[in-house]
Amino acid sequence: MKKILLLGLIATLFLSMNTRQTASIPSIVLKDLDGNSIDTGKLTNDGKPIMICFWATWCSPCKKELNTYAEYYEEWKEETGVKIYAVTIDDQRTVNSVKPYVNSVSWDYDILLDVNKSFSQAMGVNMPPHTFILDGKGEVIWQHVGYNAGDEEEVHEQLLKLKQ
Amino acid sequence: MAEGFFISNLRLQKSKQAMSRLKSLLLILAALPYIAHAQSTENPQPQPETKGQLHGNFQVLFQQYSPDSSIGAQVPEPKAAMNAFGNFTYTHGGLSAGVRFESYQNSILGFPSRFKGSGIGSRYVRYAKDNFDITIGNFYEQFGNGMTLRSYWEPNLGIDNALDGVRVIFRPVNGITLKAVYGQQRFDFDSKIINGNGIVRGADGEVTINDLIKSLAEKPLRVSLGGSFVSKYQSGSTVERDSTVFTLPNNVAAYGGRLGVIYKNLQFTGEYVMKCNDPNADNNYIYKNGTGIFMNLAYSMKGFGITGSAKYIDNMAFRSDRNALLFDVPINFLPAITRQHTYNLAATLYPYATVLNGESGVSGEIFYTFKKDSPLGGKYGTYISLNVAAVNSLDTTHMGGRDELIDGYKTNSFFFGETKFVRDVNFEIRKKINKSWNINLVHYYFEFNTLVTPVTQDFKGLVYANIDVVDVQWKFKPKHAIRMELQSLLTQQDKGNWATGLVEYSFSPHWSLAVLDQYNYGNDNADKRVHYLYGNLGYSTGSTRIMVGYGKRRAGIFCIGGVCRAVPASNGIEINLTSSF
Repeated sequence: MKKILLLGLIATLFLSMNTRQTASIPSIVLKDLDGNSIDTGKLTNDGKPIMICFWATWCSPCKKELNTYAEYYEEWKEETGVKIYAVTIDDQRTVNSVKPYVNSVSWDYDILLDVNKSFSQAMGVNMPPHTFILDGKGEVIWQHVGYNAGDEEEVHEQLLKLKQ
Repeated sequence: MAEGFFISNLRLQKSKQAMSRLKSLLLILAALPYIAHAQSTENPQPQPETKGQLHGNFQVLFQQYSPDSSIGAQVPEPKAAMNAFGNFTYTHGGLSAGVRFESYQNSILGFPSRFKGSGIGSRYVRYAKDNFDITIGNFYEQFGNGMTLRSYWEPNLGIDNALDGVRVIFRPVNGITLKAVYGQQRFDFDSKIINGNGIVRGADGEVTINDLIKSLAEKPLRVSLGGSFVSKYQSGSTVERDSTVFTLPNNVAAYGGRLGVIYKNLQFTGEYVMKCNDPNADNNYIYKNGTGIFMNLAYSMKGFGITGSAKYIDNMAFRSDRNALLFDVPINFLPAITRQHTYNLAATLYPYATVLNGESGVSGEIFYTFKKDSPLGGKYGTYISLNVAAVNSLDTTHMGGRDELIDGYKTNSFFFGETKFVRDVNFEIRKKINKSWNINLVHYYFEFNTLVTPVTQDFKGLVYANIDVVDVQWKFKPKHAIRMELQSLLTQQDKGNWATGLVEYSFSPHWSLAVLDQYNYGNDNADKRVHYLYGNLGYSTGSTRIMVGYGKRRAGIFCIGGVCRAVPASNGIEINLTSSF
């Protein structure tokens, strides 16, 4: 009887829930580079796509990924209206280098500081780089772990799909 | 025979208990939609119809061990080991609940060997609505820079000092955040969470002036102030030193204040913390008060950034168990001031970690990008960075006699003491040559005191090392690339010279194949001039990534985010699977 009850409850749980593929973003309060508090649950882009890229100053593939996206960002914005949030998981050891580094490479992303990994853990990120694409309703429609040269082609394809 | 039966019976009982606990948790998790629904119907305000959401992630790390006397590889009795975890978080409106299932069969070498069995490693329920947020169960939190309190989870290092209790966050008005925590820290895992002996209580407040006073909201000068207080309780004890019995305090407090200022392109952060008398195993049970100072000043503009930091740590090891050491139940976090390096030889042979008992250090970093179409920038621009860090012992005087038994030493100034702990100078050039070719050049110079940071058993003293890295990437088709790394480490101390070569082929977005060879060609002992050959194949799809590796891994220090753990030499197959949903 207990087993049936357990199975019933679990079945109800799965029927009543969404998973990450159609989930909105968890609500965690993070700081941006100007010291403003930003609630991640309220990230919006006027109905246009959002990309969330987890990175760190000590993560070489992360910087390669974001440096590459930076070359295409203007073009992607014009085509699809996408907005990129680059969320750094640098802790107190390296977080003070984030703003000087970001400015030195002229990234035009919205940078958020996730110093104790609350947001990255809530998003199920194991290790950076981990990239999410959200549609205009804030639902995750694509995600990718790691970065290989050429991944920007796949990202572009996914963004164009959202435009259609 | 009877003993074997007894043990297996005991294991069966333990397994049944674990299953029972798991079932109870699943019941709680499964019942959450009903609880959440009941909550939403109690709310008189009309709510949009929302569905609950289940998020989670997994990691399975498997390692098979083969004997290899040439590198001193250890082979545990089971000849293989596996660490795994799965996080499940259910969210419905403001209510969320999470559980983490962990399994160590047995734990991978390099992780705490006492982690064993399978069971629940974390569980919590959280309710967050408007300006109020409460969590009951396991949670992670950081006050300020973490020098008074930081609980965090780093699964790749086996670190989890989660607090188990209650956390309340309250934002009475825009611009003010108040936090309070009360609980015990996770210490161990043996088919269930095992908490440490002590109890941790703390409160933190932060005011962002520009958010609090509306007329200042758009001003270029942004100021935030914060303060924290943390106290630990551990039942009393005594320690005998030099025929004198000392009573150890039950309650120990740490507190601090911090300031953050941003003015246009300039930013400053500073924090000063103190700790009351805290005799513990780190400081050899002295009663001296602790002090910590961390300051950073940075300026940046498009194409340029500069930052400078100063850090002073005196007797600031702070744990919820006075007898604990190393990675066990730390309440606070004292980050190193040196840069965290990414290239293998620099990152794993001589990584610096903060000396908790005392150090004084400074660092500086400059980033600059030569503009596109300038003589040094070329078509795509050229990025350069210079980073310098220096850390020494404290400037102290030993007191002698009975005073030394009680307070240990006297601090004379905030400046450098006589003993050099580390010097780290590194310079990087990154250049995109054309659409197909990228090159990255890095030079490091280290002076590293292995007496203070014991990263090697082969040499005690100052290691002087020069490391050079050439990293070239050739993208020969839109989704195909080959990356090559050549690294050289030259030193006359420790294990002598090293060379590393890496070739990696990637086929975006799914596949990567890499072969790495590390060669300790400069070792004085000819038998230890070994090639550490290792290959791995990676496949990524969506949120899932699997890596299969095979070969020799040298003993070294593996670091993430400023925390390092020693990893023994091994030879065998390694599989790492991560996924999230």
